[in-house]
Amino acid sequence: MPKDELKTSFKWIGTRPDRPDGLDKVTGRARYGADFSLPNMLHAAVVRSPHAHARIKKIDASKALALDGVKAVVTRADLPTGLSGEDLNLQDNTLAGDVALYDGHAVAAVAATSALLAKDAAKLIEVEYEVLPHVIDVDDAFRADAPVIRPGLADHSVPKGAPGNVTRYIEFGHGDVAAGFAEADLVREETYKTEATHQGYIEPHACVGQMGADGKGEMWVCTQGQWYVRRMCAAVLGTEASQLRVTPSEIGGGFGGKTTIFMEPLALALSRKAGGRPVKLVMSRSEVLRATGPTASASMDVKIGMKKDGRITAGTVSFRMQGGAFPGMSPIGEALPCAFACYDMPNVHHEAYEVLANRPKAAAYRAPGSPMAAFAVESLVDEMSRELGLDPIDVRLTNGAKEGTKSSYGPKFNQIGLVETLEAAKAHPNYAAPLGPNQGRGVASGFWFNHGGETSVSVAIGEDGTVQVSVGTPDIGGSRASIALMTAETFGIDYDDVRVNVVETGALGVNEPTHGSRATHSNGKAMYEAAGQAIRELCKRAAADWGIDAEAVEWADGAAQPAGPNAGKFPPMSLREIAGKMGSTGGPISGHHEITMGGVGASFGTHVVDVEVDPETGRTTILRYLVVQDAGRAIHPAYVEGQYQGGAAQGIGWALNESYIYGKDGRLQNTVFLDYRIPVASDLPMIDTVIVEVPNPGHPYGVRGVGETGITPPLPAIASAVAAATGVRLRELPMSPPKVLAAIKARG
Amino acid sequence: MSKIHVTTKVNGDDVEFLADPRESLLDCLRDKLDLTGAKEGCGTGDCGACSVSLDGTLVCSCLVLGVEAQGKTIETVEGMAQDGDLHPLQRKFIEHAALQCGFCTPGILVAAKNLLERNPDPTETEIRYWLAGNLCRCTGYDKIVRAVQDAAAEMRGAA
Ligand code: FES
Ligand code: FES
Repeated sequence: MPKDELKTSFKWIGTRPDRPDGLDKVTGRARYGADFSLPNMLHAAVVRSPHAHARIKKIDASKALALDGVKAVVTRADLPTGLSGEDLNLQDNTLAGDVALYDGHAVAAVAATSALLAKDAAKLIEVEYEVLPHVIDVDDAFRADAPVIRPGLADHSVPKGAPGNVTRYIEFGHGDVAAGFAEADLVREETYKTEATHQGYIEPHACVGQMGADGKGEMWVCTQGQWYVRRMCAAVLGTEASQLRVTPSEIGGGFGGKTTIFMEPLALALSRKAGGRPVKLVMSRSEVLRATGPTASASMDVKIGMKKDGRITAGTVSFRMQGGAFPGMSPIGEALPCAFACYDMPNVHHEAYEVLANRPKAAAYRAPGSPMAAFAVESLVDEMSRELGLDPIDVRLTNGAKEGTKSSYGPKFNQIGLVETLEAAKAHPNYAAPLGPNQGRGVASGFWFNHGGETSVSVAIGEDGTVQVSVGTPDIGGSRASIALMTAETFGIDYDDVRVNVVETGALGVNEPTHGSRATHSNGKAMYEAAGQAIRELCKRAAADWGIDAEAVEWADGAAQPAGPNAGKFPPMSLREIAGKMGSTGGPISGHHEITMGGVGASFGTHVVDVEVDPETGRTTILRYLVVQDAGRAIHPAYVEGQYQGGAAQGIGWALNESYIYGKDGRLQNTVFLDYRIPVASDLPMIDTVIVEVPNPGHPYGVRGVGETGITPPLPAIASAVAAATGVRLRELPMSPPKVLAAIKARG
Repeated sequence: MSKIHVTTKVNGDDVEFLADPRESLLDCLRDKLDLTGAKEGCGTGDCGACSVSLDGTLVCSCLVLGVEAQGKTIETVEGMAQDGDLHPLQRKFIEHAALQCGFCTPGILVAAKNLLERNPDPTETEIRYWLAGNLCRCTGYDKIVRAVQDAAAEMRGAA
């Protein structure tokens, strides 16, 4: 839609009404994954490998099966063979085949009449292992002499002679980097490293699955995408997708980690084996940390050339990323294009290697790949700005991508809001706040593509003139509120007269999950088109009533109106009035729209953080935090702010505390929240937000999507703030107190 | 293993259940009494999603055995609204958008109520430290702290 056709004044959009699911969620009534139960239900437990890498020589379940109340055991032998590609990955992760590939890898599952009994039975399943050499660290896995953990999985992209754990290679760029570096006044090259972190949703994975011998089944599950669960479970079990009906529960956080499956097929396989009795499977926190998520770890070389005035003349990155023991799971394909996306790069080159390591199968985590890439590139930009005595925001303004810029990854940007976020950050009082001793300020920008994707939406008019919207994207952070606001706006009715339902797989065509910041964006567009269809029908009914042409009727202020003086004089006919008699004027009125949503508007943000570092302990305290991000249009600003604040908090955790810690034996050592420490309330200050609105021309209401970019800038912004406070630059995350203290001591 | 008969009071109602001595109070509330408002986020006392009040003391119900509830008085999120009226904290959480996924919300509401019963006028720092045992991964706590402050102000005004 051209810019000047975008509406700019609204009745509902931009307001902050109560969310429709608020009451259920503050009273404990909202039903999450583990809150479902069915009559005659069994409970399941999973047997997991205690080894990072081991051949499974024998599984003996006879003692477990001999217990009263134990109804079924499944192992890999119960799953079909012959899968390939990502389906095989999913199956390999659901239950190990000949080899357990990481500490926590599922080996068998058991269903019994109670959860306690299932746990007891799991302990009685005897597994004989032959321990194999393992590799955990991304740089270790990349060494030529590393144990090759899964030979033969490299795809055609991998250059000859690459180390044996490499499974994928990507390379692209434009311009002439050698000439660009030659032109620079300052050329710097550094290596940065980030450890894996977990999405850390507070709700562990949980489902109830039921499947009969005929392959027909049902599942209730906490997921970001019920159609993904359906397709993936069917693939792993060799059943037909449409025979499985998947109902999403309320979801207790996902951040990308619930866009795939981990243990869901086990509930179905156990149910099938136990005569079709429903089976409930709920993960413990340590199972979540050991065997789901996490994100990739990365080792990254960056080289940048800069003129004295801060103009970037060239940049290159070479990344190594591991996403666990499964090919295709590392986000190298996202990390590379994100690396320099904030900059107008005349000369740029990217390359990345994916390597396998004996770790869990990585899942998406909020802007997958972008935070690591930003940590590397934004840190180096900051280092060079400081070296040249330049203001870090000015350097970004000098080089910032804007409308018409050829992006670092190829396509030209349309209207984007990076420069606006930089200007707003510079003008914000936080950027001028005085700093004391041991305090420092850091700035960084961040990028995420945003995503549209497969979307199917229905709207149906109720007899009383209210509107029901059916969407296929689970509501993680208020999307029902934002979709209801856009629906009220489109029909011209009250927000309270709209009900948005997240429906099961039997109720709509295929929908992609709530991922890629797409829920408000894509559903908004599909709802808009579906509503348009319903509105045309509403106008037709009014026209028939008035005895005039349907084309002579228009929709305004929630009512059919004669369009212009030639249409005749009729009082507006409200939605309520038309709906009340629709049964006798032609039947139900509804609208429906399916789309693979394009019209994606890229998202940029800029963060400013002030820290104080205790020189005695190395502990970093966040004093002030500012998030500025372009929302395109903030439909429900309170939940937009919530996304900004939540993203920043996760980024702060990643920067300062969170990481996967492995022992020499390759086992994960921090498998509870006490040891995998995410930010708590007393770790954080208030998080200030500024919503910039540069409308996305590809969306009827200008929406870009706001979920992901916010996790990207905190990593480098905090590293730069710590550097400003201490004089030492940490190029490896997390910047935990012992590491910071050691760096301060080494500085002398 | 033989089960133990437990009688207790939950949200003002007398209830009874049979508990395996290994079962936590959280399991008993959720699985035996169908009070699924309290959540299990960790089962190790680290996340606070299971917070309930036990004889007026804020506890992680995942760290209390079901059999320990014998003769005690328990309050959960399901008991916060009185006669259909939401507790001010519940209203303020909705009003301030202090929840995204809402999974941490029952525990945080119970913990915050317990705080305001002891300290009707907590500072931001006091709120942050009181709630430090309640993990929220979605919000960054900003709106939660504001909602608690606002509810406290309203309750002081009403008193
Ligand atoms: S479930 Fe009890 S503290 Fe986490
Ligand atoms: S709102 Fe999701 S964990 Fe707090």
